[in-house]
Amino acid sequence: MTYVNRLQNVTVLGAGGKMGSGILLLTAMEMTDLSLLPENKDKDFIINAVDVSDKALSGLMDFLKTQVTKAAEKKTVILRETYKDRSDLIENSDIIKQYVFDVMKIVRCTTRLEPCYDSTLIFEAIKEDPDLKVKILSQIVGNNKKSPWFFTNTSSIPIHELDESAKLDGRILGFHFYNPPAVQKLAELISSDSTQKEVIEFALQYAKKLRKTIVHSNDVAGFIGNGHFMRDALFGISEVERLSEKGSFVEAVYKINKVSQDFLIRPMGIFQLVDYVGLDVCSYIMSVMNSRLSDQNLHSSLLDSLIVKGVVGGQFADGSQKDGLLKYEKGRPVGIYNPDEEEYTLISEFQEKCDKELGTLPKATLPWRAVIGNPAKKDILSDHFKELNSMKTLGAELAGNYGEQSKKIALQLVTDNVARNEEDVNTILLTGFYHSYGPINEYFK
Amino acid sequence: MKLRKKIYMTAGYNTISLGTGRKEFHPKKSRPGIDHYIKESGKATLDKIGGGKNVDECVIGNFMAARFNKQANLPGFFPMIDDDLKWKPAIAVEGACASGGLALVTGIKSVLAETADVVLTIGVEVQNTVKAIYGADILAGAGWYGERKTGHAYFFPGKFSDRAGAYFEKYGREKSRKALARWYRNAIENARLCPTAQEFHNKIEDLETMALMEPNPKAFVNNLNVFDCSKVSDAASAIAIVSEDGLHRISISKDDAVEIIGFGQAQYDITKPPADLTRLETTETAVKKAFESAGITKDDLAMVECHDCFTIAGVMGTEAIGFAKPGEGADFVADGNTTRDGKIPFNTTGGLIGWGHPTGGTGVHQAVTIWEQLTGKAGDAQIKIPDEKPYGLSVNMGGDDKTVVAIVYKRG
Repeated sequence: MTYVNRLQNVTVLGAGGKMGSGILLLTAMEMTDLSLLPENKDKDFIINAVDVSDKALSGLMDFLKTQVTKAAEKKTVILRETYKDRSDLIENSDIIKQYVFDVMKIVRCTTRLEPCYDSTLIFEAIKEDPDLKVKILSQIVGNNKKSPWFFTNTSSIPIHELDESAKLDGRILGFHFYNPPAVQKLAELISSDSTQKEVIEFALQYAKKLRKTIVHSNDVAGFIGNGHFMRDALFGISEVERLSEKGSFVEAVYKINKVSQDFLIRPMGIFQLVDYVGLDVCSYIMSVMNSRLSDQNLHSSLLDSLIVKGVVGGQFADGSQKDGLLKYEKGRPVGIYNPDEEEYTLISEFQEKCDKELGTLPKATLPWRAVIGNPAKKDILSDHFKELNSMKTLGAELAGNYGEQSKKIALQLVTDNVARNEEDVNTILLTGFYHSYGPINEYFK
Repeated sequence: MKLRKKIYMTAGYNTISLGTGRKEFHPKKSRPGIDHYIKESGKATLDKIGGGKNVDECVIGNFMAARFNKQANLPGFFPMIDDDLKWKPAIAVEGACASGGLALVTGIKSVLAETADVVLTIGVEVQNTVKAIYGADILAGAGWYGERKTGHAYFFPGKFSDRAGAYFEKYGREKSRKALARWYRNAIENARLCPTAQEFHNKIEDLETMALMEPNPKAFVNNLNVFDCSKVSDAASAIAIVSEDGLHRISISKDDAVEIIGFGQAQYDITKPPADLTRLETTETAVKKAFESAGITKDDLAMVECHDCFTIAGVMGTEAIGFAKPGEGADFVADGNTTRDGKIPFNTTGGLIGWGHPTGGTGVHQAVTIWEQLTGKAGDAQIKIPDEKPYGLSVNMGGDDKTVVAIVYKRG
């Protein structure tokens, strides 16, 4: 089966979700671009958008319309060429509307599984629940006579486990998009020992067409991305617990969040990132990893207790941040959850005091935004960390510990054979997490 | 043809040119509509000439409000500016980006025809109502619709990219690209001196290096980059066109006015491509007529406001006006002759690239700029006007050198 044939009938499971909708968008556009090639004009292309929620599917259509329009506006120069034989499409607006329609018309929204029994490629982006995934995949493979290939977006469950439990005969691989899929350039590709070669070859071609940067991760729970992130977050939590033994909890959260952002020149603090992903999702991923990796305790009672209190984070349908461990106004943290009082304390009440305790940032410091795309990034970072390492402040000490720990986690991923090499870990953090430098670096011991 | 009557312009006014570059511009925030710009500019001019009661006739130049703003019948806005304009004659004129220039000559002709002694003239365009990719469709209306299907997504950048390509091939790419980058630098440096300019807030240091960025044909056009293009602008300008009697009526002295001593208009067939892509022949013709009408030559000019909708149009403009031979405009510009302290200052408040390009309003903006410079009202952007050269020239072009208006001004 050729690349094009494989993409003629596709299903995205969980298409109404944050990840599923992005995967559907990118795949539907790739399929549409193929359908518009002269040699494919007699072929049919269908992508089933499957979700349990009608409401989510309705939201998906709004999302698609907006996103495809934006994409078409960006590639109008090329689309004018694509539609050059359509004498009825004259202005850019005609062409953009036609392209949006051509993408939308291959999408079939449904809350039922039956349509995907005809699919040859199935993306799975449902809840990160191994049992649920196995149940759905088993049901499909039992009814689909086309020997479909499965691309799972799991960020933690080993692929061989899904393969064996759902009896997929090696027709599955992990294609882990980063959030949001339409924007993030990175995808982690995870194959098990039994994953068929053709599946991997197709995945690489598909990734290339979508212009994604691929990093191969070995088939170990959590893979590289969450392998680093979950341990990084747990370290942040342990630092909060350590600091709050002698002081207030909210102040400790503030300090660690600030250190992990400003002192380490990362795009957001560690607890903002936990909120972005969702406390519940983090906790779930940890439990998946913990039950499969015997040597470490990947668990946080603090997260569990917060989730019980309804503090979960995540995002609203429009992509804006829900309150989690931090409270947000216009996307910026303004408060921190106090578990004892079960309400948020305003950061402004203690910010000045905490900033004083942390001490000043190195003089050479620039905010992450000014560093990330800066041609002089290396020098800026080198000056920043040189100065930071020579400072005797609490902030410098916490940042040093944090950077060292992050580096240790990253190196361990290579030692444990999760990542093939150090560069892969750095690429994941640089590309998938937008860090301005890789965790394996010269800045920390 | 020599003008048979003395004509003056006075009481000019420019709104700010709003769009990318201005601090107050945010693409997602709501902005003033076309009525706001018409009112602000018209009222400012009326305030200087004693109000609507002193006006005999009104002219408004605009290109595509019907599509950008879903608004036609623009003469209807004059009585909104001032109740005393109710029942007075008003007219709207259109000739793509030369609409402003056409509005000026329409006013001039009314005074020459003695049907008016005071004409309120406004030029306006509000273009940020749509994204650039859709704006390109609307602006493509300045070309022939028969070419739209085969034309570039960015139709006019495509047209002038073709011109730039022909110029590069004939006269050398490297020296030409350097000249375009120099043109850009001049435009921004001048705009920084004019508080209403769209690039007034531009703080970038090495403008020329930035402007030398290689064009990206996949996302834009073959031979031009984004710095080679004029701005997408919301703005209006207004000026009063008056006879000697008119000056007396509005109590403005000749010192505060410029005299219009000649103008030239020329038209080319919109359905035909230019005979020579490396020349602006319609501009050449209009400028020649204007000089003949005024009885001066290029050597008498203290300043030029030319139609640099693209940097390449600016460079070719220096040749069309006669400052450089064909192919030598690039050297003329690269050597700094068109800077504000060069041999002949061009576009002293930034032109279409630096001040902004509210398409249908640009012609009037050019007149206001020359009026400010010749009467010493240009503020920080003021250049020295030598006593022996009290003249300015404006060149306003519609479409791809299709509809051109050139006007010669003299200190009053």
